Amino acid sequence: MSTSEIERQWTTRLRHRVEGKLPPEKMLPDTQPNYVSSWIYVFGVATMSALFVVIATGCVLAIRGPQWWHGSAYGHFINSLHLWSVEIFFFAMVVHLWGKFAMAAWRGGRALTWMTGVITFLASVATAFTGYVSQSNFDSQWISTQAKDGINATGAGAYFNVLNLGQMLMWHIVLLPLAAVVLTALHIVLVRIKGVVPPFEENPVVENAEVSQ
Amino acid sequence: MTKKAFNPDVDAPEWKGGYHPYDIIKEGSIAIAVILVLTLVLAIVFGSPDEKAITIKTWSNAAPLDFANTALEELNGTSTTAAYGAPYNTASTGQQLGPLQLAKWVGVRIPINAANDFVISPLKSLPNQPTLDQQLATWSSATTATKNSWLTSYGKAKVKFSGGQVVANTTSAGPLPVIINDLTQMARSGALDQALVTGHGFYTTDYTKPLLFLSDSEYLAGLATNQHLTGDQWGMMNETGNYPGQSWLWLYTFWYQIPPFKTSANADVLVWGLMMLLSVVLLLVPFIPGLRSVPRKLKLYRLIWREHYQETE
Repeated sequence: MSTSEIERQWTTRLRHRVEGKLPPEKMLPDTQPNYVSSWIYVFGVATMSALFVVIATGCVLAIRGPQWWHGSAYGHFINSLHLWSVEIFFFAMVVHLWGKFAMAAWRGGRALTWMTGVITFLASVATAFTGYVSQSNFDSQWISTQAKDGINATGAGAYFNVLNLGQMLMWHIVLLPLAAVVLTALHIVLVRIKGVVPPFEENPVVENAEVSQ
Repeated sequence: MTKKAFNPDVDAPEWKGGYHPYDIIKEGSIAIAVILVLTLVLAIVFGSPDEKAITIKTWSNAAPLDFANTALEELNGTSTTAAYGAPYNTASTGQQLGPLQLAKWVGVRIPINAANDFVISPLKSLPNQPTLDQQLATWSSATTATKNSWLTSYGKAKVKFSGGQVVANTTSAGPLPVIINDLTQMARSGALDQALVTGHGFYTTDYTKPLLFLSDSEYLAGLATNQHLTGDQWGMMNETGNYPGQSWLWLYTFWYQIPPFKTSANADVLVWGLMMLLSVVLLLVPFIPGLRSVPRKLKLYRLIWREHYQETE
């Protein structure tokens, strides 16, 4: 096999593309620009860490099935861990989101990073909602019977039946977490490729300068 | 090479300043440890709510007259479910978003015949009930006008719960006193819970029917009011007890508290439409002139990058 033939392979071309876009020193950096020096940056990694705890506690709940935690003190405690990690996850995520808004973090070709972040937030809201209606307790009865009206009014309720425990549980433990994790991974890869957005340059001479395209 | 004017809301200046050491693995590890400890503390201190689910049996024993009245509404078509429209039935056109009748266009995908599914069919499943079977046959063979006459008479009658029986003070309601009393007895025994979920056979995870029936009652709404869960109590984002619930739904719930949504018959579809629009706006902020300038004009970024600006000014 000739060198040029190897270079034309899909695998080789993909490797070159990944190496070019995301070399190891970008994926796992050991330095940061000096402007990355604020508590607001903590909330991104806090969101990811909370997501890790959410998934880990959800996996423990999954081992014994959806009814286990109602009759077991240990199961109830795992449920409490799951609940509070979700609360921390959303708190950190919302602060992260508005922090990034304040920085206009989409600048410099980072629009896709912003968009994957927003979609991850929306997917996370749906994931949490399906969790609330899958609890098989009074809360899930009330929330599902109230929420059905909004979803039915859009026409989506015909296919996304919040009163169907089996369907909601599947969305909660398979489809939506998968989407949230894949979107989070994509978001992180984009952050690593593009780097952290630099501060606004307040020097008017620079603001009016031309940039290459 | 083409050149374009630098747009401070779209473009970012190239960083030519210094760098400092950054251990991403160490940061991630510490963050996971801190979040884990915080989660443990919150779980130990506050726990989590788990209010037991209501059953049809619980409801009919706690409030037999409310149950009997709900059963009557399922039969006369005035319950929320019976009059709902799509995706359950065609009793109503449903909510509209301007000229768009979204639910109606999708159609009936989860068919529910409230009278038959919640009352008549479960009673027919009871074995060895000759009197009831005769009354059910009378009901089934009656004309719509006759049924309406019986329903009106029963609705006007004084109904009481005495000696474990639902008794209606009327002689002109046809088979309804027997039908409604027997359904109440069936519910109080727990048999109706099972009858409502066995529509798909032995195994099921679909609780659509019992949940719809329960949600037609005043009993469930009363319990929810006591737990501050109704719509005008920001209910969608709350949960039982003193827990934060889905606080991230605050904006969604907020619209239900103010006009025109608060009083609109199309509130649900209006709020959903608005939230979808706002979600798209949030998604597309980087491309919306004016909106994408807000951060630069707000100048909150000066707080975030204060060290950088202190060094450069």
